[in-house]
Amino acid sequence: MDTKVSPDQVIDAQQVGRSVPRMEGAAKVTGRAEYIHNLRLPGVLHGKVFRSRIAHGRILSIDTSAARAVAGVHSVVTGEDIRRIIPEPYYGPAFHDQPILALDKVRYVGEPVAAVLAADPHVAEYAAGLITAEYEELPAVFNEVEAATSSVYVHDELKPAITFPDLKHLKGKRNTNVALDYKLRRGDVAAAFASAAHVFEHEFHTQHIMHTPFEPFVALAEPLDDSVTIHTSSQMPAYVRLEIARLLGWPENKVRARTAYLGGGFGAKVYVKIEPLVVALALLARRPVKMSLTMEEQFYVIGKHATTFRIKSAITADGRIAARKCEVFWNGGAYADIGPRVSQKSGFTSTGPYQIECAEIDSAEIYTNLPPAGAFRGFGIPQLVWAYESHTDIIARALKIDPLEFRRRNILHDGQEHPTGTVMRDAEFDEVLVRIAARMGWDQPFDRGTGTKRRGRGIAIGVKASIAPTTSFALVNVSADGSAVLFCNTIDMGQASNTANAQLVAEVLGIAAERVKVTQADTDVTPFDMGTLGSRSMFHMGHAVRLAAEHARTQLEALCAEGGITYSGEQSVAQGFRKKFGMQAGNIFGVGHYTSRYQAADPVTGMSKEVTPFWMIGGAGIELEVDTETGHVTILRMVNVVDAGRAINPRVVETQISGAALMQMGQTMTEEMIFTSAGELTNPSLAYYKIPGIHDIPASIENEAVEAETRNGPFGSKGVGESGTFGVSPAIANAIDDAVGVRLYSLPLTPESIYRAICAARGEPLED
Amino acid sequence: MSVATRTINFTLNGAPVSATIAPHHTLLEVVRDTFGLNGARESCGQGLCGCCTLMVNGQSVSGCLSLAAFADGATVTTVENLAVDGKLSPLQTAFIECGAFQCGFCTSGFLLMATELLASNPKPTEGEIRNHLSGNLCRCATYPEVMRAVQLAAERMA
Repeated sequence: MDTKVSPDQVIDAQQVGRSVPRMEGAAKVTGRAEYIHNLRLPGVLHGKVFRSRIAHGRILSIDTSAARAVAGVHSVVTGEDIRRIIPEPYYGPAFHDQPILALDKVRYVGEPVAAVLAADPHVAEYAAGLITAEYEELPAVFNEVEAATSSVYVHDELKPAITFPDLKHLKGKRNTNVALDYKLRRGDVAAAFASAAHVFEHEFHTQHIMHTPFEPFVALAEPLDDSVTIHTSSQMPAYVRLEIARLLGWPENKVRARTAYLGGGFGAKVYVKIEPLVVALALLARRPVKMSLTMEEQFYVIGKHATTFRIKSAITADGRIAARKCEVFWNGGAYADIGPRVSQKSGFTSTGPYQIECAEIDSAEIYTNLPPAGAFRGFGIPQLVWAYESHTDIIARALKIDPLEFRRRNILHDGQEHPTGTVMRDAEFDEVLVRIAARMGWDQPFDRGTGTKRRGRGIAIGVKASIAPTTSFALVNVSADGSAVLFCNTIDMGQASNTANAQLVAEVLGIAAERVKVTQADTDVTPFDMGTLGSRSMFHMGHAVRLAAEHARTQLEALCAEGGITYSGEQSVAQGFRKKFGMQAGNIFGVGHYTSRYQAADPVTGMSKEVTPFWMIGGAGIELEVDTETGHVTILRMVNVVDAGRAINPRVVETQISGAALMQMGQTMTEEMIFTSAGELTNPSLAYYKIPGIHDIPASIENEAVEAETRNGPFGSKGVGESGTFGVSPAIANAIDDAVGVRLYSLPLTPESIYRAICAARGEPLED
Repeated sequence: MSVATRTINFTLNGAPVSATIAPHHTLLEVVRDTFGLNGARESCGQGLCGCCTLMVNGQSVSGCLSLAAFADGATVTTVENLAVDGKLSPLQTAFIECGAFQCGFCTSGFLLMATELLASNPKPTEGEIRNHLSGNLCRCATYPEVMRAVQLAAERMA
């Protein structure tokens, strides 16, 4: 909140559509912004974890004696100890499959087995290193395609949580690693393939990725008389409360989850991660317990699914996609986390943003003996777009149709039906393509380089559905001086949601956005929200905030009218309160909530008339240069265009597009979690897991949100946090093909893989 | 784990201070845990990300790799020292105006490095900015905005 802006300075000026500077800007540039990372409490114990060194095995014994003997160690806790306070210590949003500490079995290298508590974190860390465990090693399975039919089972029995109806049929299922099997069946696919002029079939792969938020996972649990407070760097405080209450068998009101600013989330910090362990340790110790994971440990908590995507298209003589078959295997790791939702919610868009009458999708979440995979900016969409837009480009080039023209010929338009059965509304696919092409000068001659430096360009476009149905609540509290505070659980992890939400409140109340304060989430006071993920907040919370502010305004106008005052923002409200209560006293509460509409998929066809309240669209255009002697790629130009509806804060929207695209660029070029054949991660460190630095940024980056309006969105807006990721990977691969005529089917696109492909293409393949 | 402690004396953001430390304590831990200055943060823990950047005797260091014992007698400054009497430095203002951060966790390091650059090179080229900031990582990838902010501050300070 900026108190330097006067209460009546901007009344009636438009707050929506204005690039309001971030509310927390001064706090962030002075180092004073609050993060849970910084939280210190008197009497706190620090927890450090001992992790499994094998990928799959039965626990025979855990020797904690040496750790307990270390001076300064408070206690050492194993899975069996946790049963004393939580008899069924298994958590997870889709399956109750993840033990707080390993019980009976370990299922991946890095799984938490025991925890040490000490007042000095160095003592706890040292002691954790003295713990040993004996296992009966079991065969393990790592590849998602192998695991789908393997006789090695990660879990003996599937234990779906009650939350998702489409997982119910998996309850009690044994002898399988398939944790979700989404199917779409539309039209006569076999006939379409039989009569096709051309058939194309490819298999694409993506690698394991970690979010690496720079504020590593951190939580502090504070046991009180008959309740517990959890300070946590979480994107989902309401879910933390709900899941901890379920584990403890307590009512929700005895669990309080609060957050501060998040030092990055990107999907890593959704649902619960280290919170159940921190709470269990605090309740056992009857002392506050803080756990701050290291960057290295983060790699063993959650990651992004590796995938195998087999895609096959039937093309008519006039270059239209008549049918498409998609088979996607998602490597979910040892625990489901939210992976099954990723494989379903993304899976149903596997055919891409095209008019396809006949479609068949099989999208399966597969357990393996690797670290768990869950939500990551894009919620599975980048993996899918990588495959379907590489495939689409191969088809266009093979048929000698311009890749832009081939896409525009097949792209979905408003009013047309997506293969899921949902009709497209406010989805500016064609405009996104047109704007990318215009910015790139697609119809202009292009310098293709000479000698060993070859240039190429490529485009790609993707689509994502929002997570539905979900619910957001918001509360606006207006004090007797007329100033307003917004209470909501949307977490500002860098996307400037607090600023955008303040703009919505201000727009409705007719005051300046800088005058509105937004609280940090605290489930004791901030109302329910499903969570900050999947670009859902601008739409869902945006509606709730708008409604709460409207509710407040109605009451404020009535208060003013009662005192014979004309409502005109804060000062009039202050007068109204003084008239009514005889002094500066009182509050007015405006409440609002919003639930998106959704129709569950038909169990046989997988189709639904309403899979999402809005569509996210993102495309990219890339110009690059390939060094044919080294395989090194230099991205010269990156054009990112999205449909974000109407921008509430244009500068923030641009930063979201740019940040998402650059993050995806890193995942395209360098990022990869590399495992040994025994499932051991070789590179859990920023030294060997290479994320983009300032030298990796293309010389030219252009970002654009097309002119658009989401008619059912708050003030015409919709989510934008992920759209910039969609097109990047395939646009780069398509540009590499354009430059040197080689096609790559696996991410990341390393110089080695490119050079190998160049050598193979000229008939001189390199040895492995 | 029992270790001998010792007392170090140094200047922190212009004020003389002393701290009791163990040999394994990093300067970052001391600045944060003893003096409550939270602007520098440990992220990668290996001196690769720049989130823990501190200035020691006018030179940028990775606080997570600097042993506190070596700071005895030194002059240490942190991001908290950039604003004077609540007035933001031109770089801080430019970072806000250009939106040169998202989550903000790495921002202190970028600010200290950019301040160091402009102190010795008031008109840096784009390449010089990139080179000087190449040890700082931003997972939100606000690099283009950081570049613009440093250029804007340089223009204003000229």
